[in-house]
Amino acid sequence: MKHDCMSYQKDMEQIDSNIKERVMECYESFEDTKYSAKDVQDALAKEILSPSDFAALLSSAAIPFLEEMAKRGQKETLKHFGNSVYLFTPIYISNYCENQCVYCGFNCRNKIQRAHLDTNQIEKEMMAIKETGLEEILILVGESRNKSTLQYLGEACKIGAKYFKTVGLEVYPMNSEEYAYLRKCGADYVTVFQETYNVEQYEKVHLGGHKRVYPYRLEAQERAIMGGMRGVAFGALLGLSDHRKDAFATGMHAYYIQRKYPHIEISFSCPRIRPASGTDFQVYEEIDEKQLLQVILAYRIFMPYAGITVSTRENRNFRNHVVGLGATKISAGVDTGVGENTEEEKGDEQFEIADGRSVDQVYHELLQNNMQPVMNDHVLL
Amino acid sequence: MKTITKDPLVIGGHTFSSRFILGSGKFNMDLIEAAIEHAKAEIITLALRRANTEKNDNILNHIPKGVTLLPNTSGARNAEEAVRIARLAREIGCGNFIKIEVIRDSKYLLPDNYETIKATEILAKEGFVVMPYMYPDLNVARDLWNAGAACVMPLGAPIGSNKGLCTKEFIQILIDEIELPIIVDAGIGKPSEACAAMEMGAAAIMANTAIATAGNIIEMAHAFRLSVEAGRAAYLAGPGRVLNMQGEASSPLTGFLEEAK
Repeated sequence: MKHDCMSYQKDMEQIDSNIKERVMECYESFEDTKYSAKDVQDALAKEILSPSDFAALLSSAAIPFLEEMAKRGQKETLKHFGNSVYLFTPIYISNYCENQCVYCGFNCRNKIQRAHLDTNQIEKEMMAIKETGLEEILILVGESRNKSTLQYLGEACKIGAKYFKTVGLEVYPMNSEEYAYLRKCGADYVTVFQETYNVEQYEKVHLGGHKRVYPYRLEAQERAIMGGMRGVAFGALLGLSDHRKDAFATGMHAYYIQRKYPHIEISFSCPRIRPASGTDFQVYEEIDEKQLLQVILAYRIFMPYAGITVSTRENRNFRNHVVGLGATKISAGVDTGVGENTEEEKGDEQFEIADGRSVDQVYHELLQNNMQPVMNDHVLL
Repeated sequence: MKTITKDPLVIGGHTFSSRFILGSGKFNMDLIEAAIEHAKAEIITLALRRANTEKNDNILNHIPKGVTLLPNTSGARNAEEAVRIARLAREIGCGNFIKIEVIRDSKYLLPDNYETIKATEILAKEGFVVMPYMYPDLNVARDLWNAGAACVMPLGAPIGSNKGLCTKEFIQILIDEIELPIIVDAGIGKPSEACAAMEMGAAAIMANTAIATAGNIIEMAHAFRLSVEAGRAAYLAGPGRVLNMQGEASSPLTGFLEEAK
């Protein structure tokens, strides 16, 4: 019998917070048909948007106003970030996974080439990345606590902090004291995608493993903050469920966290589901670029001070344009396989990428487009 | 007769002829040099967190010689972090000037006055020329003064907002009461607002977003220079009196006293 996705498993920390309930209420309360063109226009006329205005911008009624939203998004981005665009790259150090996510290439039931870099290999990979001029790294692993232990992640963070000024983590959710340990090892921020805030769909697509536990995942950002991380990132995998409801819940999740922890740097990731090897998962809905842009712009206008990351799931043309309108951070020189920078040990990719440009190419194209690439925005103390 | 050239800005014993400080945070690097030139800025701020990139373009390569670097502690969330960033800035050769920014609010980016006072006290004792960014509060300004600040930098409006002198009345109190240069730091969006602040008696203006996000950066840098100079000249000249409500009657109300004679 499968584990109830709403019940915590043994050793999972339960925190005293009502943010989870409030976010779940937000997900349920969003009704696309409730919003009119007037609601969208009223929202765009305001300087500071309410949650209800944010919902209007995410609704179908806002689609005819995409140009107006883009103009407002551009204005807000310029006001808060100038022409700056931050660059980083992900490094996949292990693709072993204990979860069964039906849409993901790393699913433990998939027969893919698995790889797990040791500390020497991680260091070689990071040295190769450092040569590109990047100053920020995002460490990723498949979600296997047994293979990628806390100590293993700690060592990876220490190596990361040796070569880079900012170290991000996109790893399995953990308890606050474990986040505190990784913070001490050099980690700066934590990204956790809830994937979908729809409990029923969440249960359907996460068949096994720790990830099946919905509330533990939803509270990961708060535990990371309790562990001392200086920033947290949010994201829903758009296309896994109703993308408007998921984007609304994602924004409100960040909104409540920001209100409770005003010193924390907030950012959004905006992934659309991509084809992955070993899966024949049928997406709930195909998200086109127009819908994706609507989500990015709604985030930008609702929380103009938040960072927004657009990954290489999106193509060069989209990424080149969206940086001036809403996105503030993009990856470059990306490969989603394990050990790709030195080819010491190769593991299969998590998903297919759509923009394979090198760091140099991204850097110079940003300059050509009158944007200012920024490698570092943090002093490591 | 007093002239602008004989009216230097003195901060921590250092003399400047320009009263416009340029922020560098939102510029494309290739425009920084031209903006400095057209604004006639002699002090430029830079965020240390942006300055220590090892490869690719480094902002330090775009700042002309002779311009005073004013590293800021942006990114610091408490006094301890601000102090560490300041020391790091000095170690890497950015000089003794330090603009303290302690912010623990990611939404409005309002400065934490309490932590700013603590950092000012420590850094002033270590010989830094401390320029603290603060929310305009008279008691805090007095504490900063006592702690050894070289000037006080109140915000006109939230940083980056271009909303102008929202805190005008409170800045005026600081100008009237604090015997240090009062430099209006954040929120100035238009040259007219810079001019207004200078007319009030502000010692200098700092701006970044207003220029970096302008349609023509070079022209706006030039416009700010003119407005700061005009405002300062007007302050020194002593503005004419402003009449309230109505014009003044040309026949004196006390004329009847003469009529009786």
